[in-house]
Amino acid sequence: MTELFEGYAWEAAWDEMFGAPGKPRLPNRGLYATLRTLTPADLDERCAERDRSFRDRGITFSLSGEERPFPLDPIPRVLSAAEWSQIEDGVRQRVRALEALLADLYGAGQVLADGILPRQVVTSAEHFRRAAWGLEPPNGVRIHVAGIDLVRDRHGRFCVLEDNVRIPSGVSYVLENRRTITRIFPELLASHHIRPVSDYPAKLLAALRAARPLNAGSEPNVVVLTPGVHNSAYFEHSFLARQMGVELVEGRDLFCRNNQLFMRTTGGRERVDVVYRRVDDDFLDPVQFNSSSLLGCPGIVNAARSGNVTLANAIGNGVADDKLVYTYLPELIDYYLGERPVLPNVPTYRLEDREQLEAAMVRIDELVMKPVAGSGGTGLVIGPQASDDELATAERSVRDDPRGWIAQEMVTLSTAPTRVGGKLEARHIDLRPFAINDGRTIWVLPGGLTRVALRRGSLVVNSSQGGGSKDTWVLAADARRDAAGDKPPSGAGNGCDRSRLGAALRLAPVGGPEPGPHLDGQQQQQQQQQQQQAPC
Amino acid sequence: MLSRIAEGLFWLGRYLERADDTARILDVEVHQMLEDASSGEHLAAGALLSVMGVEAKTGERLELANVTASLAFDRSQASSIVSSLIAARENASTIRETISSELWECLNATYVALDQRAATARAIGPHAFFRFARFVKERVALAAGIADGTMPRDDTWLFLILGQSVERADMTARLLSVRLSLPPGTGDWVTTLRCCSAHEAYLRTYRAAVEPARVIEFLLLDRLFPRSAYHALATAERCCAELDGEQRRLGTGDEALRILGRARADLEYRQIGERLDELAPLLETLQAVCSQASAAVASRFFHREGTQPWHSEGLGFDLPGRAGGGGTS
Repeated sequence: MTELFEGYAWEAAWDEMFGAPGKPRLPNRGLYATLRTLTPADLDERCAERDRSFRDRGITFSLSGEERPFPLDPIPRVLSAAEWSQIEDGVRQRVRALEALLADLYGAGQVLADGILPRQVVTSAEHFRRAAWGLEPPNGVRIHVAGIDLVRDRHGRFCVLEDNVRIPSGVSYVLENRRTITRIFPELLASHHIRPVSDYPAKLLAALRAARPLNAGSEPNVVVLTPGVHNSAYFEHSFLARQMGVELVEGRDLFCRNNQLFMRTTGGRERVDVVYRRVDDDFLDPVQFNSSSLLGCPGIVNAARSGNVTLANAIGNGVADDKLVYTYLPELIDYYLGERPVLPNVPTYRLEDREQLEAAMVRIDELVMKPVAGSGGTGLVIGPQASDDELATAERSVRDDPRGWIAQEMVTLSTAPTRVGGKLEARHIDLRPFAINDGRTIWVLPGGLTRVALRRGSLVVNSSQGGGSKDTWVLAADARRDAAGDKPPSGAGNGCDRSRLGAALRLAPVGGPEPGPHLDGQQQQQQQQQQQQAPC
Repeated sequence: MLSRIAEGLFWLGRYLERADDTARILDVEVHQMLEDASSGEHLAAGALLSVMGVEAKTGERLELANVTASLAFDRSQASSIVSSLIAARENASTIRETISSELWECLNATYVALDQRAATARAIGPHAFFRFARFVKERVALAAGIADGTMPRDDTWLFLILGQSVERADMTARLLSVRLSLPPGTGDWVTTLRCCSAHEAYLRTYRAAVEPARVIEFLLLDRLFPRSAYHALATAERCCAELDGEQRRLGTGDEALRILGRARADLEYRQIGERLDELAPLLETLQAVCSQASAAVASRFFHREGTQPWHSEGLGFDLPGRAGGGGTS
């Protein structure tokens, strides 16, 4: 049966599953083989199961104040071990370079002196924070968590679209997606060797503990700081706090005394050592930033400067993921690391440069115009899909404020089979891998968040713009052949490992649970029944 | 533990208990009104409303349908079952990382199902109300069971149970007030017992017919029945003592503990006489004790300080935006 794939067609994009119609790529063969046996009705049933589970567990994100279940597409996205190893190297390299850049910008400023990065680009960056200058993090880490957005062009090459080193979100969905897919497709999980994602909270906690202030004890008090229940990512904040076993605090739970951060507890005040904060810089400290903020804690930045508390991620990180600074990353990787970029940037034009501006304006209908300050895909103008009016408006805005915009070559994002109206159709996807830096190693969560644009032809995958997500599988290196269904050795396959494991763990029986006293013997029961009959 | 979390747990306990008790009371009262048409529907309905602190709308006829509508389904009525369950879930969502995920899922699933259950019950009428009441009782029992089986017996547990016990004592007092406010001869005391699921326990304890004085004695003073006011107060007192954690040579430093302990001792050594009309002040005191204890717990543990806005000039509040409000102070 191939009903599900009936009429599956894709345009000039790289399709993640198929190299040619009906011919799945190697890592996808196992998945394709299973999906072929399913009818649309089977898939519907499993999706109903998924919806119920999400709804009951309250796994939602709020979109303009309304709580919606996070849309998880039932068809996973598969990455081979080789593809993953390149992504992993590229993400690590990127984070190393960004860390070096931040340390430099909020310290010696060598990169500015050497003329690699113009000073003006830095000082005009929206998220550059003078308050962070000279603020040395205890273990040298500023980017405890990074999310690097990748896209795949029509040749199947991964490029970096954007760095997120402020407060990247979405990792809770990676973990929940895997949990849900495991429950609705147990047979798929059993037939593949997929690298697990559930280590994430433990790795994050370890990195946060490693970042504790020098004067904190060996058991630092780590907390997660959330803006509150009405924040769109509140689910993630409480998820991470629960999984790490630490307190989830709001600004009103915290206060500073003598450059020391405390939280109000039932037993009085308690010192806080590390804050994994999910509140933007702007709202973090009314003394330093937005003075009307009620979400932060007055004095927290001074406490950090005094070395009494660590903020993760550090303040001012936004200068490194500024969309204009992004265009310098290849040079910066060379400057700091002496390496060539493992993952290239999407070709991007700096519009402050007169020549590049004019060149871009001529081709505005072929390029993507992005506001530097925007996030979540707002304000984006996609040349080929925009009307003449929209293009004219965009051109005016760009000419008014060239620092406020970048122009990027249009990347036709890769596509993957996605459930739409009961069948599978090609939809564009991206990938956000997450990296954790504990000061010694940079660990990349195997998989990451694959976002999918649910509208046909749409290239905007952000969840705030009607995007969904996919469970992202990274196949273990030794399992590629098995998962691809390439003639496993007879009688072996994946079951082989498991049965060996089972044998090793098999224990001698030690006697089951004790039975209770024997109730009513059979004889007694018969007599009771006879008694009942007697009066008739 | 964070003060805010403690407060969330305390109120989660209270709201769940309130939803449960209200469902129990309504279930039995509605049944009674249906079964015995002569019992003066409007009297019972009026007493029910007043004891739940709901003002009857002027000009509206007091009848079954109105009472269930406001006490069970009305979202604008703070003490209705639906409101209590919504409030319980809201509290749970702010402390989601502290309670077990199974407990959260139970409360959230209840909330998700609530609209439809309530709509069905309203559409079909009184007999569907029984199904609704059963749904509420079952879900609360499920939540209590999950909490019992999954939460460690640390301060989180103590705050949850403290809230539940204070609410239970309060609701038992209210229930008895309903009964006493009715003119003698209306309604029957079996109904009162049933509201607390106490009829069978009563019969097994006294092995005698249901008598008003004994019913009151049982519901107020019984040491072993978990829904008696004494039992609830004693449980609340134990929670407070454990939370206080200090052994003193004399008295107690904890206000809530003092209030609860005194009330508990007063019940423990009291005799219920035959003159029921003397009981009204006792029940009022009991309700006052619950609200005083709740306030004392709040002032000791919840540290509710008004959030202090940092900047004070004008109202430049523009939280989502970046431009507004900066640098005015």
